[in-house]
Amino acid sequence: MEKYKRHSGVVIPLDRANVDTDAIIPKQFLKSIKKTGFGKNLFDEWRYRDHGEPDQDESTRQINHEFVLNQPQYKGGTILLARENFGCGSSREHAPWAILDYGIRTIIAPSFADIFYSNCFKNGILPITLSEELTQNFFEKSLNIAKFSLEIDLQHQKVIDGETSYHFDIDDFKKYCLLEGLDDIGLTLKNENDIQLFESQYKKNYPWLIRE
Amino acid sequence: MALTLYEKIFNRHVVKGLEDSYLIYIDRHLIHEVTSPQAFDGIRLNKRKIWRTDSIVAVPDHNVPTLDREQGIQDPISKIQVDTLDSNCVEFGLNQFKMNDTRQGIVHVIGPEQGLTLPGMTIVCGDSHTSTHGAFGALAMGIGTSEVEHVLATQCLIVRKLKTMQINVNGQAPKFISAKDIALAIIGHIGTAGGTGYAIEFAGDAIKDLSMEGRMTLCNMAIEAGARAGMVAVDDKTINYLKDRPYVPQGELWEMAIKDWKQLVSDKDAAFDQVINLDAGLIEPQVTWGTSPEMVTSISGFIPDPNLQSGSKKKSYLQALKYMNLEPNLPISDIPVDRVFIGSCTNSRIEDLRSAAEIVKSKKVAKSIKQAMVVPGSGLVKMQAEKEGLDQIFINAGFEWRQPGCSMCLAMNADRLESGEHCASTSNRNFEGRQGQGGRTHLVSPEMAAAAAIYGKFVDIRKL
Repeated sequence: MEKYKRHSGVVIPLDRANVDTDAIIPKQFLKSIKKTGFGKNLFDEWRYRDHGEPDQDESTRQINHEFVLNQPQYKGGTILLARENFGCGSSREHAPWAILDYGIRTIIAPSFADIFYSNCFKNGILPITLSEELTQNFFEKSLNIAKFSLEIDLQHQKVIDGETSYHFDIDDFKKYCLLEGLDDIGLTLKNENDIQLFESQYKKNYPWLIRE
Repeated sequence: MALTLYEKIFNRHVVKGLEDSYLIYIDRHLIHEVTSPQAFDGIRLNKRKIWRTDSIVAVPDHNVPTLDREQGIQDPISKIQVDTLDSNCVEFGLNQFKMNDTRQGIVHVIGPEQGLTLPGMTIVCGDSHTSTHGAFGALAMGIGTSEVEHVLATQCLIVRKLKTMQINVNGQAPKFISAKDIALAIIGHIGTAGGTGYAIEFAGDAIKDLSMEGRMTLCNMAIEAGARAGMVAVDDKTINYLKDRPYVPQGELWEMAIKDWKQLVSDKDAAFDQVINLDAGLIEPQVTWGTSPEMVTSISGFIPDPNLQSGSKKKSYLQALKYMNLEPNLPISDIPVDRVFIGSCTNSRIEDLRSAAEIVKSKKVAKSIKQAMVVPGSGLVKMQAEKEGLDQIFINAGFEWRQPGCSMCLAMNADRLESGEHCASTSNRNFEGRQGQGGRTHLVSPEMAAAAAIYGKFVDIRKL
């Protein structure tokens, strides 16, 4: 996993509440058994006017020019700005894989759905929860100012807008893993002895749950 | 100290406290073909071992065809995914109910059916509707693929403690009001993000009155209220349902287990972070009209007017009505219905099929309906229904009687809506494109879906 330290980029405003993971990456693309290659189908049903299928030639697609990702001023953007309850619905990790594969490393929203939120961290994406007011402020700026960009300083937990910076909250452990680009399986396995110890006691307490 | 059911189960699984989270032990890991291949790749890539193979049961369900599956999967990409599950199960020595096994079915139907789901367990699956298993007084949560890999390798999950919410559905649910209506009414009340960060315990007389199938329907929909876990306390119904199922403990272990399970209820004075009370007697048959499960009203209701809303809600309503091609103030009973889908991990169990068949009996599907299909939740549900003659009731009425799988709930296989079609569906999500690009989903109970097939529109089943 790529380390996440400081990040700056153009803000892409996606002005919809309750964006679900079916919208982020539609089901026909979940048939892939890989983690990469989903970026071209991120928000497929909003981004294109025709129906998409896996392994389709991209150059033949009918672009929906009204959709934010297709507007020239947001091309190359790496910070997604969203509304409340972003990422609700299915647990599919293909959603953060698609976001990352497209090139987005940061998502800012007033709230996120639980499973999506934790899936982001496993893939080096930083989801930042900011107040409704502040996100609204950023929405207005990104809609009105060309190439409106933000800078994210994860170490100091700050979103920097020019001269002003705003604090955001994040779990220490999640922050540490992102900063170091760590795979948490390796970290958990450092507790191998604790897990074994727990398991042997657990087997005594609840013998019907672990059978040899 | 008085504890909630969630706290009781959580506490007994804590391996270790971490800085701001906990390492918790996982008892049961259910696996399907869509969210597992990348996890197995990770295990191989890092040369790790699977911690406890006997905790795992795998089943293909999302991609499987519901017609002529004996002939194999026609879609080559779907076939690769199902074949990959097969080869991973062989390579790692995992128990799998393969596509043509009678025990195959939707993962959240077969878990309880086989007795793989037990009270007090922590249960995970790379699928958000894992909350279903909470109906048995278990802590069951959907996880992403990275977490699937984490559980494969460590038997543990790193989690924060959830907040607790008790939703009391008091009184008696009127006739024809099913668990699905209760679930949709709750979501309409607290919203799709109302349960975010919470484990919801459903309680109250109306919940006690529900069968295990009904409780599964309710807990299944907890995720649509934003809650990763939904649960119901253990009672005699829980224990009677489980008795003698293939994977439940037998003999002395069964007796020991029952004694333990009876304690899996929230203590009388346990404090919840939030308590919500609903009157079951006021719940009417529910129908969703929009593109989020919270966009719901009753059969006697009307499409709401977005202009009476403000801010982001108004915007969402406008977007939803545009997608659904519905006008404000239209009676719900005037919504056109093109297709009917009875199935999914929400409503494909034997009881669901029985109550739908009761409505369909000796009637015919309306001419205006392009397709009405019933997709049983598992091979065993299908067999039981056939034994009871339910298949004939459906077939005689003009329904298609299919083979088990997720089917049109998410349309990963060939079963899907065409653009612009309205579907009365017993599934769990009415998101844009969920049942097929441009498809328009209306979530309802099995009885309401059955009636929509017969009358060609939504009708008040209480008045039939």
